[in-house]
Amino acid sequence: MTALQVLIDALALGALFAVVAMGISLLFGVMRIVNFAYGELITAAAYALVLTKALAVPVRISAALVVAVALAALMDVILRPFRSASPTAILIGTFALSFLLQNVALLGFGTQGTAMDFLPSLNQAFALGALRIRWITVVSLLVGGGVLAAVAVLLRRTDIGLQMRAAAADLTTARILGVRANRVITVAFIITGLLAGLVTLALGVQRPLVTPSFGFNVLVPALVGVVVGGMDRLVAGTMGGFFVGFATVVLGQVLPTGTRVFLNSALFALVIIVLLVRPNGLFVRDQRGYERV
Amino acid sequence: MRLSELMGPSLLLIAVAVVGSFLGSGLRFQALSILVTTAIVVSMYVFIGNSGVLSFGHVSFVALGAFSAGLATAPAAVKPTTFPELLPFLANLETGNITSLALSAVLGGVFALLVGIPIMRLSGLSAGIATFAVLIITNNVLRNWEAIGPGAKTLSLIPTTTGFLQATIGSLLVVAVAFAYQRSRWGRMLRAGREDPAAARSVGIDIHRQRLVAFTLSGALAGFSGGLLVHLLGSINTQQVFLDLTFITLAMLVVGGIGSLWGAVVGAVLISGANSVLAEAERGMTVLGTALQVPAGTRLITVGVLMLLVLAIRPDGVSGSREISLRLSRSGEPRLPSQR
Repeated sequence: MTALQVLIDALALGALFAVVAMGISLLFGVMRIVNFAYGELITAAAYALVLTKALAVPVRISAALVVAVALAALMDVILRPFRSASPTAILIGTFALSFLLQNVALLGFGTQGTAMDFLPSLNQAFALGALRIRWITVVSLLVGGGVLAAVAVLLRRTDIGLQMRAAAADLTTARILGVRANRVITVAFIITGLLAGLVTLALGVQRPLVTPSFGFNVLVPALVGVVVGGMDRLVAGTMGGFFVGFATVVLGQVLPTGTRVFLNSALFALVIIVLLVRPNGLFVRDQRGYERV
Repeated sequence: MRLSELMGPSLLLIAVAVVGSFLGSGLRFQALSILVTTAIVVSMYVFIGNSGVLSFGHVSFVALGAFSAGLATAPAAVKPTTFPELLPFLANLETGNITSLALSAVLGGVFALLVGIPIMRLSGLSAGIATFAVLIITNNVLRNWEAIGPGAKTLSLIPTTTGFLQATIGSLLVVAVAFAYQRSRWGRMLRAGREDPAAARSVGIDIHRQRLVAFTLSGALAGFSGGLLVHLLGSINTQQVFLDLTFITLAMLVVGGIGSLWGAVVGAVLISGANSVLAEAERGMTVLGTALQVPAGTRLITVGVLMLLVLAIRPDGVSGSREISLRLSRSGEPRLPSQR
C-alpha cells in the first residue's frame, strides 16, 4: 500500500465526514443546537435501503433520500418546544431523541446487522498505474465534493441561503428584518436530511451492514470534527469533519497494530485539548471570547 | 438546617427497600437495583444539579468504581488464568467488601479531580461535549487495556454483597452526603454561581473552584455507587457502564427535576421503577394470570418518550426542581419561595 493510495482513501472518507459535519454545523449555525439525533437520519436512510432491496436502484436512492428528509422534518417538529429551552435541556433533548430512535430501530430490526446490499459492485477496484482504486472511492469524492459545492452555492447565491446566513449570524436581528425563522429552520432541517441521505448512499456501499447504532457511529467522529474545527463557522466545522475523516484513515495505517484500538481515545483527547486551548476551533482565526457558547 | 427536607428522600428509599424485601426474587433484585440506581443519580445531581453544568461523563466514574471494586474482590485464585494480561498486583489483590467500596469512592474522586482540573473551566455546550469525550475515552481505555482490567471480557465471580442492608445504607449515605453538601457553605456558593455567575463573582465566589469541589465529591459518590452496582450484579463488562446507563440516569435526573435532591430521588425511583417493570416484561412476566411479553427495546423507548415529554411540558421536572418538606407548616410561619 503506497502513501498515495492511503491519501486517496483518506480524501474519500474525509469528504464524507465533511458532509456530515456540514449538516451538524449548518443546524448549529441556524438553531444553536447540537443535534445528537443527526446520526439517526443516516440510520433511517440505511434501513430504507434494506427495505427496498428488491427494487430498482433509482427507486432505492429516492427512498433513502425521502426517508432521511422526512425524518429530518419530523425532528424539526419534535424539537420545536425546545427552541427557547436552555442549552442543557436542548442537548439532553436531542440525546434523548437519538436514543429513542436507536431503540425504535432495535425494536424493528434487532441488534444483528442487516445487509443493505446496495451496489456492491462499486467496491471493485480498477488499476491506475500502480494504484488500485475502488469505484466507491471515486463516487465518495464526487458525492462529497459535489454536495459541499452545492450547499456553498445555495448559501451564497440564493435568497433562502442569504436568509440562513443572516439567521446564523444573529437570529433576532434577522427576524426584525423580515426573515421568517420557522421557514429558515425548516429548510435547514431539510437540507441536513438530504445531506444525511446522500452520505448514507456512499457509506452504504462500503459498510454494508446496518445496525441501530450505524448512524451514531458516524455522528460521533463527525461531531468531534465540528467541535475541533470550529462550531460557529460552517466552513471551519466542515473542514474539521474532513480533518477527522482524513486523520482516521491515515492514523489507521500509520499507527502500530496494538495501539490502533486507542484511536478513539486520541481523537477525544484532542477534542478536550482544542476546547481548552482554542475554544473557537482550530480553523477559526478569531480566538476572542473565552467560551464559545 | 432544614433537616426535614432530608426526610422525604430517605423515607422513599426506605419504603422501596421494605416493599422490595417482601417481594419474590426477580422483583427483589429490581428493588435493589432501584436503590443502587438512585445512588448513581443522586451522585450526578451533586454536580449537575448544584452547578447547572451538564455532564455526560459521570458514568465513567461509575465504571471506574465498578471495575475497581470488582477487580479488588474477585477471587485472586481465578483472575490470573482468566485475565493473563492483568498487572500482577491487580491479579493478586483480594480485599474485603468495605475496603473495595472505599477504594471505588477514592478512585472515583481522584479521577474526577484530575479530569475536572482542566474541564471545569468550560460550561454549557463545551462542558457537555468535553464530559462526553471523557466518557468515550474511559470506555475505550477500559475496553482495550487488558493490563488494568478485563478488557472486552466480562469480569465475574464478584461477591454479591449488595443486599437490602448494603443497598439501603449505601443509597441513604449518598443522599445524606448530597444533602449535607448542598446545605454547606460550598454548596451554597456553587448554587449562587448557578443562578447568577456575575453576581456570584462580585461577592468573591470562585466559581471554577466550587465546580471542581462539587465535581470531585460527585465523582467519589459515583465511584462508590459503581462499587454498590458491581456487588449487586456480581459481574460487569464495559458496555454495561456506557451510553445506555448515561442516557437512563440523565433521563431520571431530568424527569425528576435537575435542580433538587428530592427531584433526583423521585426521578430515579419513578423511572427505574418503570424501567424494572418493563425489563421484567421484556423477559416475560405474568400479570394477574395473563402472560405479558413486550419486545426488547420497549424499555428504553418508553423512557425516551417520557423524557422528551417532560422536557417539553415541564422543563423543571415532576418535582418542579423544588425540595419537599415533610414538616407540617405551622400557621403564620412565612414560607420562603422555592429553595432553588
